[in-house]
Amino acid sequence: MIAESGHYALVLALGLALIQSIVPLIGARLRDDALMNVARSTALAQLLFVGASFVALVMLHVNSDFSVANVYENSHSMKPLLYKITGVWGNHEGSMLLWVSILALFGGLVAAFGNNLPLSLRAHVLAVQAWIASAFYLFILVTSNPFLRIASPPIEGRDLNPVLQDIGLAVHPPMLYLGYVGFSISFSFAIAALMEGRIDAAWARWVRPWTLVAWIFLTLGIAMGSYWAYYELGWGGWWFWDPVENASLMPWLAGTALLHSALVMEKRNALKVWTILLSILTFSLSLLGTFLVRSGVITSVHAFATDPTRGVFILLILCLFIGGSLSLFAGRATSLKQGGLFAPISREGALVLNNLLLTVACAVVLFGTLYPLAMEMLADFKMSVGAPFYNLTFAPLFTLLLLAVPFGPMLAWKRGDLLGVTQRLLAAGVAGLVVVAIVWAWTRGGSALAPLAIGLGVFVIAGAVTDLVERTGLVRLPFATVLHRTRGLPRSAWGSALAHAGLGVALIGIVCETTWNSEYIATMKQSDVAHVAGYDVKLDGLFQRQGPNYREMIAEFNVSRDGEALSVMTPSKRSFTTRGSSTTEAALLTRGASQLYISLGDANAEGAIAVRIYHKPLVLLIWWGPVLMAFGGVLSLSDRRLRVGAPKPARAKQRLQPAE
Amino acid sequence: MRRMMAAFVALALLASPAVHAVQPDEIMSDPAKETRARDLSRELRCMVCQNQSIDDSDAPLARDLRLLVRERIAAGDSNSQVLDFLVARYGEFVLLKPRFERQTMLLWLLGPLLLTGGGLALWLQIRRRARSGADLPAPPLTPDEEARLAALMSDETKRS
Repeated sequence: MIAESGHYALVLALGLALIQSIVPLIGARLRDDALMNVARSTALAQLLFVGASFVALVMLHVNSDFSVANVYENSHSMKPLLYKITGVWGNHEGSMLLWVSILALFGGLVAAFGNNLPLSLRAHVLAVQAWIASAFYLFILVTSNPFLRIASPPIEGRDLNPVLQDIGLAVHPPMLYLGYVGFSISFSFAIAALMEGRIDAAWARWVRPWTLVAWIFLTLGIAMGSYWAYYELGWGGWWFWDPVENASLMPWLAGTALLHSALVMEKRNALKVWTILLSILTFSLSLLGTFLVRSGVITSVHAFATDPTRGVFILLILCLFIGGSLSLFAGRATSLKQGGLFAPISREGALVLNNLLLTVACAVVLFGTLYPLAMEMLADFKMSVGAPFYNLTFAPLFTLLLLAVPFGPMLAWKRGDLLGVTQRLLAAGVAGLVVVAIVWAWTRGGSALAPLAIGLGVFVIAGAVTDLVERTGLVRLPFATVLHRTRGLPRSAWGSALAHAGLGVALIGIVCETTWNSEYIATMKQSDVAHVAGYDVKLDGLFQRQGPNYREMIAEFNVSRDGEALSVMTPSKRSFTTRGSSTTEAALLTRGASQLYISLGDANAEGAIAVRIYHKPLVLLIWWGPVLMAFGGVLSLSDRRLRVGAPKPARAKQRLQPAE
Repeated sequence: MRRMMAAFVALALLASPAVHAVQPDEIMSDPAKETRARDLSRELRCMVCQNQSIDDSDAPLARDLRLLVRERIAAGDSNSQVLDFLVARYGEFVLLKPRFERQTMLLWLLGPLLLTGGGLALWLQIRRRARSGADLPAPPLTPDEEARLAALMSDETKRS
């Protein structure tokens, strides 16, 4: 019953989406308020039905109803409850259902909180949302129905891939989807603006909070996934430039550019056409990411060719939406009036530079991901594009970007004074150089690149601090005034400073981890001691334990430093009987921002075991950086000016703020 | 989900009992040569995996390739000789950093071309617009606007 109800709810949601796709547009054409308001109720009802459908699938998984193919293939009665729930989106069908649920959630949010939007804009936005929703409901119902029954139900399920039975996976996909799908809102706003032929600074003000929400989730989602790969896959890597990762990085890069260009549009009424284009591109890249991951085209072109139904369907959706939106853009963009003149050296100019660098970086990743596919199909030339390529091409772009970051927020709008800003950033620059000198002296003989990169990170952080110091008047004004100004400083100023500082923090983590990572690989017997980066790691013994749906072999290590015992670390290897596969559970010891990392290999007949021990200096900064960026985003989101949406003209006077 | 595909492939290939990337018995006795072997390993693709280097991969093939690389280094090959040897055997597919050739030229040049092209176009456009804008004298403020400006300015001085 539950499966059928879930299926039926999904069909009803499709029906509602189809209504929502058409009726509000007719209403907008006829200027009929009632018809336009249909969008609101259908969006909310859609959310209700998709939600019901999603809950149905969760219940099926929790109840271990193996008569449903999706549950049989991805669950097991002995699996812990948490993983029964997260297993819902650990597979293709379930994750697509999560995708549309989040899409409906965003649509519902616009419907519920979009009261300050002009009626026709809201009708258009929700209609475009419904087009996307309809396409994906159809995709699920036609090619990937999660509610299919099995004629003769098996007694036990095949269990979820053990690597995915982890708390990281519980959080990562929903976060990532909230990001991916969240960009659909700015896409819908862009299409609505093109259809209405009207776009102004208020439009940017409505779009920015939604983009920011999506960006925050995407940032956290990517960071979360990276940390999950780091501790779960067992070799301590945290970014692989894998096509699947690139699929999430591309919307992030484009989305970051969009956040910045929307800022210019809101404050200065410039870059309108570009902002619209970026909104379209960002969501198109999200769709492309969904296509790349879901069609299996990256695993191999041939795997795609052998079972092309799903792939071709998503490819059609992709072509329809990207092609359609870009044609609309090409047809209508010229009618949008450009406004807001600015000199090359100005805040706008800096934001344009930011956009240029981020877009080029995004294009490089896009090209690197698709080039091998294209070459194989068109020229029958098999080639690979991997981490060394991206490191080489991406690093220079980001170096330029990071060098420019501290300057951006300090330049004035319209016409900036580069020399003046440079003088004000002198202290930050000196701080960076001092750090370069210290690090270089400390690690004599090493490469010069690492100290320089760390210095750049310090410069970015110090630049963000300088910006706040300048704005609050710290140092040069009396304390009471500083306090007053600190309180008066808009939260978005704190937000952008924190987000920029987060970039520097992440950079320092990345450089330290890659440059000074120490590694110890050996076969250890009981009582053997390994010496890694000043730590003594002694193997105390091996024992077995039975888990809920696995057996594990645990190794116990005593970690000490200079004779002082610190901790006991217990990495393990789990073998999952149902799938006959195993996972490595690494043990982590956190000291400050650095970590000691132990993972196990095979045991041999004499009771010795292959062990890999890493010391990863400041590795946690890699994820603290994005967390800081996301926190900056949240602060910015809580800024009054964003929360209230676009001010109504009559009340605009009260809301005027000092220009930042 | 992001690593899911990779994980699936890796697991599918993983003959149980699982093996680990770079086994203790593979390591060369000369640390300098071992470092070279590790650096080279990071640039070579495990051909049966999804976008993993042989340094990261658990697959038996990756182990064979790691041993092969060490064999060539032990035999006195230079880094580029090792790479040439592997490309001759397995094709360009084995290189994670494609060589600069006719087929890959576009890939390598895209970034620099876009950056310089885009930068140049933007610079010209901004200059042209700034110049055309500078020609137009700013319209004088209306009395209403003057009053608002004055109100704003006094508000501003109160604030700071």
